[in-house]
Amino acid sequence: MKRSLWVLLLAMNGAQAADSIRWEALRNQFFKGQTIVADARVKVLAPKAAEDSMNVPIGVKIEGLADVEEVHVLADYNPIVKAIEFFPRGALPALAFRLKLQQTSPIRALARTKNGVWHMGVAEVDAAGGGCTAPSFGSGTNDWRASLNNVSSRVFTASEAAAATRVRFGIKHPMDTGLAPGIPAFFIEKLSVQDASGKEVMRINAFEPISENPVFSIDLPANAATQTLSIVGVDNQGNKINAKVIR
Amino acid sequence: MSRKKLVFGEIIAKKCLFYAAGILSLWLPNGAQAFDYQLKPQLVAKNTYLVQGATEDFSVKNGGNIVNTAFIITGAGVVVIDTGPTKRYGEQLRAAIAKITPHPIARVFITHPHPDHFLGSQAFKDVGIFAVPRSVEMIAQQGGGFTDNMYRMVIDAAKGTESVTPTQRVTEPQLTVGEHRFTLLTLTGHTPGDLAILDTTTGVLFAGDIVFHNRTPATPHAAISEWLRSLDTLQAQKFSLLVAGHGPTAVDAKPIEQTRAYLRWLDATLSQAAASGKDMSELLVTPAPAQFAGLSVFRAEFERSLAHLYPRYEAAQLK
Repeated sequence: MKRSLWVLLLAMNGAQAADSIRWEALRNQFFKGQTIVADARVKVLAPKAAEDSMNVPIGVKIEGLADVEEVHVLADYNPIVKAIEFFPRGALPALAFRLKLQQTSPIRALARTKNGVWHMGVAEVDAAGGGCTAPSFGSGTNDWRASLNNVSSRVFTASEAAAATRVRFGIKHPMDTGLAPGIPAFFIEKLSVQDASGKEVMRINAFEPISENPVFSIDLPANAATQTLSIVGVDNQGNKINAKVIR
Repeated sequence: MSRKKLVFGEIIAKKCLFYAAGILSLWLPNGAQAFDYQLKPQLVAKNTYLVQGATEDFSVKNGGNIVNTAFIITGAGVVVIDTGPTKRYGEQLRAAIAKITPHPIARVFITHPHPDHFLGSQAFKDVGIFAVPRSVEMIAQQGGGFTDNMYRMVIDAAKGTESVTPTQRVTEPQLTVGEHRFTLLTLTGHTPGDLAILDTTTGVLFAGDIVFHNRTPATPHAAISEWLRSLDTLQAQKFSLLVAGHGPTAVDAKPIEQTRAYLRWLDATLSQAAASGKDMSELLVTPAPAQFAGLSVFRAEFERSLAHLYPRYEAAQLK
């Protein structure tokens, strides 16, 4: 009796959001047989309530955890659960973006370190919802064709105090989920941020829930060469993305 | 089926009804009663009453009564300014007016197309409902969405609420009703269709949501530069009492200055953040400046404002 009470209290205290009704199934679906630990060093920055279910700002920041090789971000109650994966390769283990949310949901980031362990952080976002089954604004017009995969970007050079150089880039893309009636899935799948020598500093695998005209923020070490960064990628219909980052 | 069986069946049915009624009576007194807003109009100037709402966010508990509504008994009927957040609020406002005066409602003004200000209009469908043209258009286009969202936020209190599009457009800047002369100021900034009303007879300025007092301004349809210009327009009026859309009245321009200071801070904060490459998610933890300690719901409104406004600031920084 006492023991079960303790377990209950621990479960409630540990992270209510971390134990959503769906999580057990999702865990088996995405991370079967792998070790997952709750880790406060994996921070998920998110609003308490989503003012705009089509554009919920999410920041994943991992500090003090070495050898992060990949990070997966999931929204438990989205019809398409996985929002994004990213692979910091020279970039710091951090990524900010916006996603579409279908209803109130935990947003969880799981970071795999070299030893194979997944470190998890969670935030709960309250949402009126509908973000995933609504058509993009772009799909309602023909304007998107002219600007498809156009990139706007900028490097924000680190101040003396800052430990990182911020790179932000936005891409014009409808990012349709395929869940709005009559509008097929149309979304950016792969993005790669590369330095002058073509070496990849960050790889991003995006999925349907990423917001229309996505904006990403990544961080490079303060001393990284940012003179000629480029962004290359492709959407699920084979349209290419290729742009130089404006300094 | 024999007669006896039927009677037996009836008895069972009656018994079931009896028990069902008993069970129902346990919860019906709460469930069946209409949400009571306990509206208390206060006399704030000659013939002029204010119905002041809480400086909170929408909740099930407050039924959406976070808004100021008002009415003026003009001698030629009652002028109502805003109808509140729900059908029930509108009905209870009309009942509260009827307790104070036997005069009919002459006309209703809607100060802007936000749901806490116009979703009580069902109770005034039989009289002319006036708003500026852009406001009429926005209510016609987005009224359904506003209503759905109000249900989500206040639930039971919103029962039966439907959007009513204003039937009349405010086009003339002057209006006389009974003994009262009104100046109608068509403005923009809080929304594309704001209306402020100066009763030049009493000196009461009804600012709508161009002015918030001791509550953090909300920005879902805001254009800050236009809003600042509208604040200047209001400050230039001769008034003796200022009624904000939210919060207490004032006899001076302090609420105008407070709203202006917040909007300027918000604009500067978002500009600087965008220029230094900050992501929207990082701004969620922006500390509240000490000068805004007196503004309620700062955190919630600031988070909402990020979603409304920050994409424009960051787009200006990306080339």
